[in-house]
Amino acid sequence: MEILTLLLDGFATAFAPINLVLVIAGVSIGLFIGAMPGLGSVNGVAILLPMTFLVPPTSAIIFLAAIYYGAMYGGAISSIMLGIPGASTAVATTFDGRPLALGGKADKALIAAAVASFFGGTISIVLFTAFAPPLADIALDFGDPEIFALMLLAFATFVGLGGEDIPKTIFSICIGLVFSAVGLDIMSGEPRLIFFDIVGFMHGINFLVLAIGIYGIGEMLWTIEVNRGQTTMSKAVISVDRIARNLKDLLGAWKTGVMGSVLGFFVGILPAAGATPGSLMAYGVAKLTSREPEQFGHGHIAGVVAPEAANNAASTGSMLPMLTIGIPGSPTTAILLGGMVIWGLVPGPMLFVEETEFVWGLIASLYAANLFAVLINILCIPVFLWMLRMPFTILAPLIFVLSLVGGFAPTQDMHDVWLMLIFGIGGYLLRKLDYPVAPAVLAIVLGPIAEPALRQSLLISNGDMTVFLTRPIAGPITAIALVLLFLPLARLIVNRLKRSG
Amino acid sequence: MRRAELVTALLMAALSIYLMWKSAELPIGWIPDEGPGGGAFSFWLAAAMLGSCLWIVVNWVRRTSPQSQSTRRFMEPGVLKMFLLVGGGVTAMVGLVHFVGMYGAIFVFLIYYIRYLGGHSWRTTVSVAAGTPVVAFFFFDVALRIVLPKGYLEPWFLPLYDIFL
Repeated sequence: MEILTLLLDGFATAFAPINLVLVIAGVSIGLFIGAMPGLGSVNGVAILLPMTFLVPPTSAIIFLAAIYYGAMYGGAISSIMLGIPGASTAVATTFDGRPLALGGKADKALIAAAVASFFGGTISIVLFTAFAPPLADIALDFGDPEIFALMLLAFATFVGLGGEDIPKTIFSICIGLVFSAVGLDIMSGEPRLIFFDIVGFMHGINFLVLAIGIYGIGEMLWTIEVNRGQTTMSKAVISVDRIARNLKDLLGAWKTGVMGSVLGFFVGILPAAGATPGSLMAYGVAKLTSREPEQFGHGHIAGVVAPEAANNAASTGSMLPMLTIGIPGSPTTAILLGGMVIWGLVPGPMLFVEETEFVWGLIASLYAANLFAVLINILCIPVFLWMLRMPFTILAPLIFVLSLVGGFAPTQDMHDVWLMLIFGIGGYLLRKLDYPVAPAVLAIVLGPIAEPALRQSLLISNGDMTVFLTRPIAGPITAIALVLLFLPLARLIVNRLKRSG
Repeated sequence: MRRAELVTALLMAALSIYLMWKSAELPIGWIPDEGPGGGAFSFWLAAAMLGSCLWIVVNWVRRTSPQSQSTRRFMEPGVLKMFLLVGGGVTAMVGLVHFVGMYGAIFVFLIYYIRYLGGHSWRTTVSVAAGTPVVAFFFFDVALRIVLPKGYLEPWFLPLYDIFL
């Protein structure tokens, strides 16, 4: 009952005029960002974070969360209409969304994506509301070893489940953590890693410099390279009559929707997993459990419903560990977390005790964002289709300009802008060689939390590393992290044995 | 691709060694009653980076990673040209900020990109290139009170400051 009261108070915050306007604006921007090939929630949130200094912290986070949310809806639009995923989270939507569009059923796919997103969003927010307070309660007992064990788990997830080149993933994590250590050593107060004695490094490397560099400049360079070819847009015929008929067809896919939502939510909670693996897994399970798996990939409606329900559910899910424990569940929430720190909100269980108005305002705003996103999405499909025609040669320079001023605004130091440019170009070149960039961004945000936690833990245990294994909560978490770390190795050995046997 | 993979791994290994050396300026061992020294965290992480780089090189020698088998070029001539035009343009924009300020640099960059790389009409080019700095000025300097650098164009802005700030 107490939760309901808190939630009602939250609605009062969420429906304050300024917040409501920001939710609607955020959702619309998010839809646009999601729909634009090459731009996803993480790019939007990274590039626009410095623009939110205008409003109070609560409103700023609500706005950014709405962008995150809207982008999950929007990604489907270009997946279906252009056959290019609007964001990595919508990759799975192209598998069946594109064939549907090519078969003249673009409207069916678009409506299915919107409704499934709404469905996934609603289920996950209800789950979120139920799980957040008890989890925060448990997290209140966490000490330094537990926090470090969770960090280890976040990074181990990248190595074990990332599916990318393992040494390159480890490299990316470590370099992000090293960059987070630049500046003053918090414990001894001594300056460290001041490269070439440049004064600009004294204030450390702001996570936004790396995030905007990689997700603004690097991503644009990447998109320019990938999208050089001309794309063709499918035609969508939309009328009230057809919408009603499509909605009726969707009823048959409700089970897939539930499966996608629940799966997406729990994959989203996993540290560092996020919405992309969530939607791919949901697609896989939908195909596996379907009575007509051979139809998948040729325009099966469940192939659109499952990933779209899952990516929205995962985006909500990934906010759960961020708010309750202070460990982001996805690259986008890592940037949100960094933003919260800038605004003086300390993510973690104490948030639920000290900042109840903020926490419940944010949760209530998710309900509002979900509702507005589905309405704006369905009503504005023609507008988004028109906007997708915006030439990339106008959008791209504007993103570069936004990155430039966005890199300058937080610290107002040109040193950071140059650094951002170096990170952007360096990130692009490394990405061409399959070095994953998301772990580095997550690491630079988590570094300032992980390092003191590690040092304090070792101080408590007098340098004994087993402290992470022997404590009742830290132990199992560390064990899971170690299993994930060695999973690729185990897989390698099993494959070897199979081949030789 | 194969050569780029090796060169990058070696460059990154050099960077790791530099970071290890730089971290070692602070104590990296155990300090009694204080725990690990200030440089320990970054030192061991940089060591792990070096280890990953060596692992990448081993994969390269054994040809087990996709890049070490690839016969494609790291950058096709078209991609390289695009990269130089766009990356060079952005770099020039950042450099220009020191001379003509943020707004001047944005204006020049947008004209370069939209007109010369994008091939749009002068009307589109000028309206976007002139509109963006104006919107940015009202957003940053006026609303957020974040004063963006003006370079040598500072005198032009003085009357605007009088009106809006």
